[in-house]
Amino acid sequence: MADENRRPFLEEFPPEEILTETAKTGLAWVGRTILAFFTHTGRIGILFARALGALPALRLHGRQVVDQMSAIGVGSVPLVVIVALFTGAVAAVQAAYQLEGVVPLRYLGAVIMRSVLIELGPVLTALVVGGRVGASIAAEIGTMKVTEQIDALEVLAIDPVRYLVMPRLVAAVIMLPVMTVFADAVAILGGFGVATFSFDQSPHTYTQALKQFFHLKDLTSGLMKAGFFGAIIGLMGCYYGSVTEGGAEGVGLATTRAVVASCVLVLVGDYVLANLLFRVSF
Amino acid sequence: MSEQGADGGVSGPPSGARDGGGPALALAGVEKKLGGRAVLAGVDLEVSPGETVVVIGRSGCGKSVLLKHVVGLMQPDRGRIQLLGHDVTRFTSGEWRQLRSRVGMVFQGAALFDSLTVGENVALGVRVRRRLPIGEEQALVAEKLAQVGLHDIAGLKPASLSGGMKKRVALARAIATEPEVLLYDEPTTGLDPVMADVINRLIRDLQRRLGLTSVVVTHDMASAYFVGDRIAYLHQGRIHQTGTPQELRDSADPLVRGFVEGRSQSLGAAG
Repeated sequence: MADENRRPFLEEFPPEEILTETAKTGLAWVGRTILAFFTHTGRIGILFARALGALPALRLHGRQVVDQMSAIGVGSVPLVVIVALFTGAVAAVQAAYQLEGVVPLRYLGAVIMRSVLIELGPVLTALVVGGRVGASIAAEIGTMKVTEQIDALEVLAIDPVRYLVMPRLVAAVIMLPVMTVFADAVAILGGFGVATFSFDQSPHTYTQALKQFFHLKDLTSGLMKAGFFGAIIGLMGCYYGSVTEGGAEGVGLATTRAVVASCVLVLVGDYVLANLLFRVSF
Repeated sequence: MSEQGADGGVSGPPSGARDGGGPALALAGVEKKLGGRAVLAGVDLEVSPGETVVVIGRSGCGKSVLLKHVVGLMQPDRGRIQLLGHDVTRFTSGEWRQLRSRVGMVFQGAALFDSLTVGENVALGVRVRRRLPIGEEQALVAEKLAQVGLHDIAGLKPASLSGGMKKRVALARAIATEPEVLLYDEPTTGLDPVMADVINRLIRDLQRRLGLTSVVVTHDMASAYFVGDRIAYLHQGRIHQTGTPQELRDSADPLVRGFVEGRSQSLGAAG
């Protein structure tokens, strides 16, 4: 039996109405997208506010925070080492190529160090850790949601935001800067390797450039960015995990969304923070 | 994360009627629409203190949704819910956290926390209420596990347990907080007949020994007859008939007879 309420297909409209119908469909899509954007933004804001409100209970959940710090930090070390080492090495090769004939090569260490401390260290660490940890948090909380473990927490009179979200958020905010310091050091070491082995630069020249051009603000700004990125990663993982619907497919979808949202927001946040922290007035 | 007030904090004790005298649980005209479909369309049900009421009905008829309303995981669109003398219809999260210390629930899939050991699962609900010395906590866990017939498994992770053991651990977790009302969502689903019988006997035994008020949601008629003081048949979002197991067995109502005898034609489910 034909469904009388079915919306007609576009080709079923008279030719003069197709344009109008296309515009209507497009507008409806735009409307839905905008609505979904503000709905998600509002819910993320509420979740963040509730997690902040749960901070006074931090002492009671110390074990969860330490467990999460271990999962986020220690578990990510091998990946961060590999990424940072090659980032530093590539930065050295690229810098040497771009500086050739413009700036003396003895400043290579300074260029690598400043680009790593300000930009490459925090952002690449956030993208790498965000992919791994954001997915892991979303999958864990999403699985708990679809297997009624979140409901079980509620029934046991345990606030899931206090028990699950707040410890992950705190752990991510603490561990991202720690991982970034680690990544900075390894990347500068990677650059050192290329500078000494490929460009025959003496270790002394490289380290002199590091000392001469080190600004504490570069390091602190990079670490501030890393803390901010940690909050984004933790929050996106927890949020998309907590809104998971359905079974395995829903968990997979939540994981993907958490990683995509983390990566996009890290890059957008990086631009915003770069403007706030490093704005140069002409 | 659930559908309830977002205040999150723990307010003062739930205000409202004093306990005692009335039913332990009363639902009046409870309605709930999900995805545009009326899942509950005016449920009326009363459960007396110490009584076990079994809610039966076909898959997807809203039995689990009904339980989630009782324990505050969902709020009704209309109607009123009274639990242990309190009108919980519009309770906030904080008020629920106070009252939930007196309510337990065994979930369909057990819902044990994967990252914790069996012992930690059982102790978790107690830990948030009061800090016990480690020795006392271990003794409590061993006692609750023994009550459901399990020994020496406190150190295991839930992943290494069978389905029946998981259900029993979930039961031990639910009774660890010494609730007055215990809710069971499909407690025998997915278990072999022998293990289903073990769970049924446990439910009956716990109810007798601890004097718990219980609501059991199931479509397993053997379980319903065994554990229920009364059985309520949920059909199209309403309680269609309530009675003792014998009354349901002898019911002349074609819908009830069709369900309890497992005949699809009488339920209009052939197509």
